[in-house]
Amino acid sequence: MEALKQRVKELLALAQVKAVLGYTKGTGDRRRPLFIRAAGQVDQLVLDEACTQNLAAYATKREVKQLGKVAVISLPSTQRALLQLMAERQLRDGEVVVLAVDGSEIKEITSASALEEHLARKVTHLDSEDKATLERLAAMSREERWGFWRKELSRCMKCYACRNSCPMCYCEQCTMDCNRPQWVPVASHAFGNLEYHMVRTMHLAGRCVECGECGRACPVGIPVHLLTYCTEESVHEQFGQCAGRTAKLDYALATFKADDQESFIR
Amino acid sequence: MAAKFEPKITAFVCNWCTYAGADLTGTSRIKYQSNVRILRVPCTGRIDFMMVMKALHQGADGVIVSGCHPNDCHYTSGNYHARRRWMVFKKMMDILGVDMRRIAFSWVSAAEGAKWAQLVNEVTDQVRALGPYVEYRQLVGAGIE
Repeated sequence: MEALKQRVKELLALAQVKAVLGYTKGTGDRRRPLFIRAAGQVDQLVLDEACTQNLAAYATKREVKQLGKVAVISLPSTQRALLQLMAERQLRDGEVVVLAVDGSEIKEITSASALEEHLARKVTHLDSEDKATLERLAAMSREERWGFWRKELSRCMKCYACRNSCPMCYCEQCTMDCNRPQWVPVASHAFGNLEYHMVRTMHLAGRCVECGECGRACPVGIPVHLLTYCTEESVHEQFGQCAGRTAKLDYALATFKADDQESFIR
Repeated sequence: MAAKFEPKITAFVCNWCTYAGADLTGTSRIKYQSNVRILRVPCTGRIDFMMVMKALHQGADGVIVSGCHPNDCHYTSGNYHARRRWMVFKKMMDILGVDMRRIAFSWVSAAEGAKWAQLVNEVTDQVRALGPYVEYRQLVGAGIE
């Protein structure tokens, strides 16, 4: 921790970056993002298991980009998101310094290719609760799954926290905000909620880095991250492509193979 | 006495193959069930998955999506892209528990008038057997739960 703080101070002092994104103490046991712009703020920095938020979502924000080059203290999921953002040309290669902290070792990654190499050795893990929910879903009949999601989504109030917290949802005008024509209903009734979550899932298919931030951001605890997770997994199974792994864009739904195998088209 | 249920089927078809194929069905004087409402789009690549959902929302009991066979796309690759989209879409619908027996995908070329008639008949019969799409009607009518 001290080494990290020291390194952050150095980065700022040498003016290599204009700001460092990290975590600090939030309400209760929670952690919130911290934007360090002066050495005096460095002591507020916290890094422990409670730091889960994907900070990559801030990296594409206009306010952050205006600051200039930033460094991000990052978890593997944040790193995947940053790499995917570079692949999608939302961040320039080298625009962000990735600080990967692994125990006492601090690794500074400054290019997309180095980040790709770094991430090649990481695997994604679902937590036990998510695994249990997925197993439960897999054991259900179709009608039961429909009932499950209907019940879960009935709590949705369309606060759009899942969208706003997602690093891959960076469109300046989201189709949800488009009201001429009104493509997806604004109201958070049963039908509007289903359509919203369908659109969100499909727009993230092949791009989701499986950080689970949408699920953590949900104030009413809907496991929306499982929708994107399962869809992303199906993309990987069917096409072998994976978001957040390559510095060169490899978006499954923008490419095709003449021999893509399906079994349902008559 | 309740009227006998007749399903409404919405078909999204591409301009170059299936639409011409359906036209051929007619000019060949092949009879098929009249439950289908055909919507012509430029290419299967144009068919956003939400168009299918909107059809169900507006009262369709079943949906047909059809276009050129692989390698026959007028725009070279629109149907290949569409195929990938449906492959992902189908998985998502499985997870959500949407009844995929009501959504049929097919390749019907401009020469396959008979196949079009057969497809419409098969899908209509299947959806008629399934009955009205109550789940979706309930969802649309549920309001804020």
